[in-house]
Amino acid sequence: MSSPQYDLAIIGAGPAGMAAAHEARNVGLSVVVIDEQDNPGGQIYRDVEHVALKRAHDLDVLGADYKYGYGLVDGMRAGEVDYLSGHTVWQIEADGIVWCTDGSKAKQVTAKRVLLATGAMERPVPVPGWTLPGVMTAGAAQILMKSAGMVPSGPIAICGSGPLLLLIADQLVRAGAEIAVIAETTSFADYLRAAPKLAQALLGMEYLQKGIAMRRRIKAAGVKIVSGISGLRINGDEMATGVTFKKGGREQAVAAGTVLLHEGVVPNTQATRQLRLDHLWHETQHYWYPKTGLHGTTALESIYLAGDGTGIYGARAAEVSGRLTALQIALSLGRIDDGEFAFKAGPWLSEHKHHCAVRPLLDALFQPPAEILNPPEDHTIVCRCEEITAGDVRKAGKLGAPGPNQLKAFLRAGMGPCQGRMCGLTVTEILAAVHGKSPADIGAYRIRPPLKPLSLAELADMEVPDGDATLASPSSGP
Amino acid sequence: MPEKSAHKTFDVAVIGGGMIGPALSLGLLARGLRVCILDEGDDVLRVARGNFGLVWFQGKGFGMPRYVEWSRRSATLYPEFAAELKEHTGVDVGHANPGGLELLLGEQELAHRQHYIGQIYQQGGGKDYEVEFIDRKQVEDMLPGVTLGDDVIGASYSPIDGHVNPLFLLRAMHTRFQQAGGTYLPHHRVSGVNKNGSAYDVITEAGPVSAAKVVIAAGHGLKQLGPPLGLDIPIRPQRGHILVTERTKQILPMPISAFRQTVEGSIMLGVSAEEAGYDDRVDTATVAGIAERAGRTFPALRNLNIVRSWAALRVLTPDKCPVYAESQSHPGIYAVASHSGVTLAAVNARVAANWIAGDPAPDEFEAFGVERFDAQKTSQ
Amino acid sequence: MLKRRHSDAAVVQISIDGEAVEARDGESVAAAVLAYAGEATRTTPVSGAPRAPYCLMGVCFECLMEIDGVPNRQACMIRVSDGMSIRRQQGARALEGDA
Repeated sequence: MSSPQYDLAIIGAGPAGMAAAHEARNVGLSVVVIDEQDNPGGQIYRDVEHVALKRAHDLDVLGADYKYGYGLVDGMRAGEVDYLSGHTVWQIEADGIVWCTDGSKAKQVTAKRVLLATGAMERPVPVPGWTLPGVMTAGAAQILMKSAGMVPSGPIAICGSGPLLLLIADQLVRAGAEIAVIAETTSFADYLRAAPKLAQALLGMEYLQKGIAMRRRIKAAGVKIVSGISGLRINGDEMATGVTFKKGGREQAVAAGTVLLHEGVVPNTQATRQLRLDHLWHETQHYWYPKTGLHGTTALESIYLAGDGTGIYGARAAEVSGRLTALQIALSLGRIDDGEFAFKAGPWLSEHKHHCAVRPLLDALFQPPAEILNPPEDHTIVCRCEEITAGDVRKAGKLGAPGPNQLKAFLRAGMGPCQGRMCGLTVTEILAAVHGKSPADIGAYRIRPPLKPLSLAELADMEVPDGDATLASPSSGP
Repeated sequence: MPEKSAHKTFDVAVIGGGMIGPALSLGLLARGLRVCILDEGDDVLRVARGNFGLVWFQGKGFGMPRYVEWSRRSATLYPEFAAELKEHTGVDVGHANPGGLELLLGEQELAHRQHYIGQIYQQGGGKDYEVEFIDRKQVEDMLPGVTLGDDVIGASYSPIDGHVNPLFLLRAMHTRFQQAGGTYLPHHRVSGVNKNGSAYDVITEAGPVSAAKVVIAAGHGLKQLGPPLGLDIPIRPQRGHILVTERTKQILPMPISAFRQTVEGSIMLGVSAEEAGYDDRVDTATVAGIAERAGRTFPALRNLNIVRSWAALRVLTPDKCPVYAESQSHPGIYAVASHSGVTLAAVNARVAANWIAGDPAPDEFEAFGVERFDAQKTSQ
Repeated sequence: MLKRRHSDAAVVQISIDGEAVEARDGESVAAAVLAYAGEATRTTPVSGAPRAPYCLMGVCFECLMEIDGVPNRQACMIRVSDGMSIRRQQGARALEGDA
């Protein structure tokens, strides 16, 4: 490629991306940040700039942790990076070429180093009825509050497990929403199991205290919390009308117009898969994460990774990870030396350790239940786009499909618009169960560009530097 | 449920679970033989997943009239082959034979194509060759649902051309294979074949499998497996790209060499040919080229989103015609290789399988042996 | 299905399926449509099943809508703007710009 336009291209403007941009500018790298959203913050700090400036009263509802993000946005803006907002990346090449589009024109951004800070997504929660209108992720409800200042008109059923469950309930209560029930798949037994980790978790006590306080506040507002539930089902024909679940052998039904699902977050590996990087399987949290070396290095010299896209450690850890990776990149480019790296990275290293410390406790405590990972009811939809059920996947597995790619070929699972984002993990789990293997041995969908759809026109009209298309000439045919 | 091989013995071990292996296997099972398919794992080259889905006749067999006949035979057998698969497995492979077009943009393309098709006709010695040239107006009449770009000057048309859903075909063949008593063994990657008396031991990653006969239908795997078995066949990888659009209402009633609309509504776009070794990564310049030509052919397609692209590696022989060969040094070991596994699925199941079972070779096979490559080499 | 917490944000005039609707500055199209009609925002090309936005962050592709004449756009990624025309989709898209 002819001379790269930038030292560093960062994909994603969440905590890792913003912090990396700031850090990289501080050591004099030329930086471009490519962000699919039209303003910085990623998901966790979504629209924080907008909220801080135009809807400050919502900051109270959303909490101090959210407000913190504004400082990161400020840091990135101050660094005067080239910020390509509203640009969707659709292909990344190993040697530092990033293909993106603003919706009208596809183009190339070239850099000596590319840092993927593409973050995480909600774990899919395939239960019967989860495709009905009125069902959303807990994160979606947060985005509605952050971006649009909206709350579901309720009654709302919040189901699943994880730190976010209570947080969203707390935020919704403070926003005046009506919560019909919080149905937690986590049980007392889970707390007991996780107890040994408590001692190691430096922030563990602090975290638990925060959680206890939130629980108390929610209960005081009259919200019913049921723990240790199973057999979750969402009822309704054209839209969600409520949920049914089992607790202590008894089945309960709760009416609700909105159902929020949440079973933790998982790394979004579409881009790292497209680059054909190796991925590892997280045994307790049941997700794939890309293999990284020290401070975000990968097997590809120009490609670096940072943030929750490399493994779930939370926003604060992601931020520090971005800084450390930016410094590592600067070192690799010879813009700082080992001494300067050690000096700058030192405080970040200990902060990173601090923020990661509570994770083993959370991971042990909030493990996704087996029936969410491998839906027992055959009629549960697994691939939402192509409407393929758990039963279909099991049958194809028994027919001999050894993994997701052969399954894709058999059933079209993973071939819809979302390109396997919503069904990939579930397909891997179901096939693992069918074949009696670990998910690590089953593998994942092969991801091909474009990472997101773009029009034929954008592809046809784009300039490909050094490109040489050899189409088969008509006279020689197929 | 596919079993692990506890050193079973088969009449025929077919190496390869793509388009060719299962098709041949169905024919072998119909002859009452015990057949296993030895396949690899999940994330492998598997060219059969890269397929466009054309059941194509026109333009095949340049320099080899027998291949023209073989392609025609397969197209003719296809409806019945597809019907039988549906009857037994319930899977509709979506075969249709509405005829096919190769669209020509500009005078030069038309001239080239006329010359090329004309030569195939001549080589056939005046026998009927079902390809004709039609003008732009006739193309418009055949494709009423979509507007042609200005550059479209005409097309070559054959009533014999058709298409099929290649993924459903693969699934139907696998289903039928197991249903009819075949043994499917994935995760049995083959590293070699040893003689064992009058039979053979196929060495796989999951242990040896014995068979009286072995068929190498392993795509690019033939390059490694063939030479020690007297089947040193000069195949090479040739990369081709395919783009897929989002679903839209049905607008293409017939397959076109570079466009095929599936039953679900997505439109597949091709065609490219790159010499890129075994690199099956998507090449952006090629994608842009396919998109550009597609947009020039049907301007309305420009508004559609591309949701997926991939590159697959054709298994190409020097003359682009298939190989059906039995080893001289290892009688009972066969090699079948072609980049047109979809088109040939019917004739592989119905005719070629019988040759493996021991019947005399079909007439067409006089041209498909490996000796022709030596001849081609010396003639260079 | 959704209610706005405040009404002090600037009003943005849009149309949804031909109806004039008032949205608020900053909302995504997905949010605005959900606030307007708390029901399905599309039906699927595969079976005509009713769907609505699920993740609101661009991952699930359930929020596909026709915006200003262009079908299959991720409505959660696009903000409302004055004069915007939104149509909910039934099944697969048509091929506009053609006969």
